[in-house]
Amino acid sequence: MAITAIAIARIHDLFAVVMLTGIFSLLGAAAYVVMDAVDVAFTEAAVGAGASTVLMLSTLALTTREERPAPAKNILGALVVVSLTGIVLIYGTLDMPMYGDPIAPIHHHVANHYLTESTSEVGLPNVVTAVLASYRSYDTLGETFVIFTAAAGVLAILGRARLPRRHHDEEDSETTGSNSSSEMSGGLSS
Amino acid sequence: MRQKIILRVISKFLIPYILLFGLYVQWHGDFGPGGGFQAGVIFAAGFILYAIIFGVATVREVLPAAATRFLLVIGVLLYSGVGVAGILLGGSYLDYNVLAETAKGGQHLGIVLVEFGVGMTVAASVITIFCTFAGRRPEEHTIEHEEG
Repeated sequence: MAITAIAIARIHDLFAVVMLTGIFSLLGAAAYVVMDAVDVAFTEAAVGAGASTVLMLSTLALTTREERPAPAKNILGALVVVSLTGIVLIYGTLDMPMYGDPIAPIHHHVANHYLTESTSEVGLPNVVTAVLASYRSYDTLGETFVIFTAAAGVLAILGRARLPRRHHDEEDSETTGSNSSSEMSGGLSS
Repeated sequence: MRQKIILRVISKFLIPYILLFGLYVQWHGDFGPGGGFQAGVIFAAGFILYAIIFGVATVREVLPAAATRFLLVIGVLLYSGVGVAGILLGGSYLDYNVLAETAKGGQHLGIVLVEFGVGMTVAASVITIFCTFAGRRPEEHTIEHEEG
């Protein structure tokens, strides 16, 4: 994963960068599988490696493939800032409990209740689904609204791109807007 | 990419299985890994593959923009509606226990409905975002840039 991250930062061909971010997500998914978090790995593989790669590729189809090399200036200052942040972050992790430590606070708050009681309270074999959809359903509702808002935002900004500019009949624009995106021809097919 | 016969045949062969796998992940999420989010993305991936091979216009014939918008809204409304149904049946918001005769049955029903809502919204969002991005041509982009 570290090699992929360095390659992403160094390569200027954006197509290769998008592919490498997909590989990075896939490696992350494999790491989650190693940690027995199958649901998270599934999401990471589907969203991180799949959907976001496709979205970035479709963005690349609209823009250029080459990254414009930025003029390098004040490298020393940037290096100092990055090193300081890194040192602070590493110092912060020193207080964290060891991975898999049974007396860590995260294993004692509500996790035990979820693990032992969810079969009798919710009755689902998959505890992750029980936590996500039942105990934490407010959070999941919020996440669903986030995704809804993202799609609505894209539609509001880009959805009417083919609409001819008409300033006089604004009230008519809603119906023509829905027609215009269905008429959109495939940019990727050509 | 419509001319590439291998891509066309293979993708036509694969897409039904991708959609089937999406449905499996959707309805089996309470027993195995998976759920609405993953299922929605997998389901949308089938349509995106179709769009890449056959063009966005073809996908829009199968699934018009109005249909994805409808699904987008219905998914969120289904989720919220399950919560409101909990209130109407005497519980608190998003309390599934009151939805059926037994608490476990209610929990199961609520979770299945909620996950279905999530799946619909996620699938519709991903398809919508992809089609709006891919449906634009680069030259339109520049024209629009000059105007705006």
